[in-house]
Amino acid sequence: MEEVADLESQQVDKMETLTRTPIMHKSAEEPRYKLIAEDIVASYNGIEAVKKVNMKFREKAVTALIGPSGCGKTTFLRCLNRMHELTKSATVTGKVLLDGQDLYSNREDAIIHRRKIGMVFQKPNPFPTMSIYDNVAAGLKLNGVKDKKIMDQIVQGCLEMVYLWDEVKHDLKKPGMSLSGGQQQRLCIARALAIQPEVLLMDEPASALDPIATQKIEEMINELKKEYTIIIVTHNMQQAVRVSDYTGFMYLGDLVEFGETKQIFENPRNEITAKYVQGQFG
Amino acid sequence: MITLEQRAEYRKYFRNNFTRRLITDRIVKGIVFGCVVLAIVPLGSILLEIIRNGVPVLSVEFLTAPPGAVGSADPGGIGPAIQGTLLLIGMSSLIGVPVGVLGGIFLSEYGNNKYGQMIRFFNDVMAEFPTIVVGLFAFAVIVLTLGYFSILAGMFALSVIMLPIITRTTEESLKLVPVTYREAGYALGIKRSVVIFRILLTSAKSGLITGIMLSVARVAGETAPLIFTILGNDGFFSGFNQPMDALPLRIYRLANLPYDSATAQGWGGALILILIILTLNVGVRYLFLRKRGGGGRLRITTGG
Repeated sequence: MEEVADLESQQVDKMETLTRTPIMHKSAEEPRYKLIAEDIVASYNGIEAVKKVNMKFREKAVTALIGPSGCGKTTFLRCLNRMHELTKSATVTGKVLLDGQDLYSNREDAIIHRRKIGMVFQKPNPFPTMSIYDNVAAGLKLNGVKDKKIMDQIVQGCLEMVYLWDEVKHDLKKPGMSLSGGQQQRLCIARALAIQPEVLLMDEPASALDPIATQKIEEMINELKKEYTIIIVTHNMQQAVRVSDYTGFMYLGDLVEFGETKQIFENPRNEITAKYVQGQFG
Repeated sequence: MITLEQRAEYRKYFRNNFTRRLITDRIVKGIVFGCVVLAIVPLGSILLEIIRNGVPVLSVEFLTAPPGAVGSADPGGIGPAIQGTLLLIGMSSLIGVPVGVLGGIFLSEYGNNKYGQMIRFFNDVMAEFPTIVVGLFAFAVIVLTLGYFSILAGMFALSVIMLPIITRTTEESLKLVPVTYREAGYALGIKRSVVIFRILLTSAKSGLITGIMLSVARVAGETAPLIFTILGNDGFFSGFNQPMDALPLRIYRLANLPYDSATAQGWGGALILILIILTLNVGVRYLFLRKRGGGGRLRITTGG
């Protein structure tokens, strides 16, 4: 009896596979989404800065968020790791799914999830009382890593990933603040990488930097995207073109258009997007 | 748009009298310097007077011996008073510093509500309390309950005086830590408590220590609350439930005695009190605030 049933079910499976083939084929090509934002509404003092934004971020790709000042892109980015709600009188509703798990379902989990989502801020903000080494190791030490050997390995590895190791390897005990602005920003990226995140949120990481430091950071992003899912907010449209695979254009708290970077910049479907990428306003 | 002509026109409205500016500048500078001198004169003259009168009585005996009998040929020393003051500072810090710092953390990090505002208000009121009232309070609560004057009562009174100062300065210096450091900490997935204790407190260290030293200096010089609590004594420490001497008390007694040797010893006591506070201040600052290259405790072995 069981054998028959098995056989039957196998046949059914086969049948289903056959009939579903085109769909299966399509879903195999369907990319994996690392981070999914659903119906995100974020507000300050009751004023909505982000209005029901839905967005899916592909794994191991760079997604750029562009838009004029005050359009809510930074706010939206800060919702993705529950940073927004730390601001006084700020509220968020909606879901952020990281590998299918909702960050907003549980407050305690948010802390664990934040370790999977690194964040780099607009201005370099190394911890002022810590050395270069301690800055990179901060996320490890303060999250309970005690093994010195592992820590040394991670610190060196992360500093190498941001191309800072050669510049600072003899000065690891110097204060993080003693570095130049561009170096500080790369230090902060190394610090974010040290906690072994899977997603990296970057809030205009190069806006305070000179062209050479900016170039270094962009090269680094191109290298990092092989391993990480990167979401970058930028005011610089050339930068978006250079580093990103996908681009979302936000305007007045709405996600107006979202697609492949090439399409957004060369063939935008929306009129406002077209005007913005052509530099007619912004 | 503003045209070129308009710009030339607008410029005329600015003050263009540079000689007058220079003179004003000089006058303001003069006033500022004058005020500095005015502020320094009393401070300097007090210090000078204390050093001039205090240094001659300094001797090993003066620093270590207990006071002699009143009016006798051998005036003794202020040993017990020094011991008492150091003990009191240490013991009241033991309560005042942790409670004050934690209170400050509460106000700064969790006190953005009615409850916090209430505490902040009463804390400020407490900081303004006349210290003699605090002394009476300690007298009523500790001395009358236990039935004897004791160093414990003194410790209680002084820590009550310390608390609001430390709480307030801790709160203020924590609030000065830029929000970006907090965010950087949270972004690394660090727990709130760890962010507060390991990132915010270390960033606010210098303000914190200033507050603590300020309160230590304040209580080290308090006399009024001590009269009601530790009472004063001629002997060295003999138990926490015993009366004890302290420098301000001793200075007060010595200055009231009608003998020249006692008055001279009073000056010496004042000098020692100032030196103790100064040494503590400099010592604590050196210990906690010296530049370690930002955390030199850590070693890293490069390349093997």
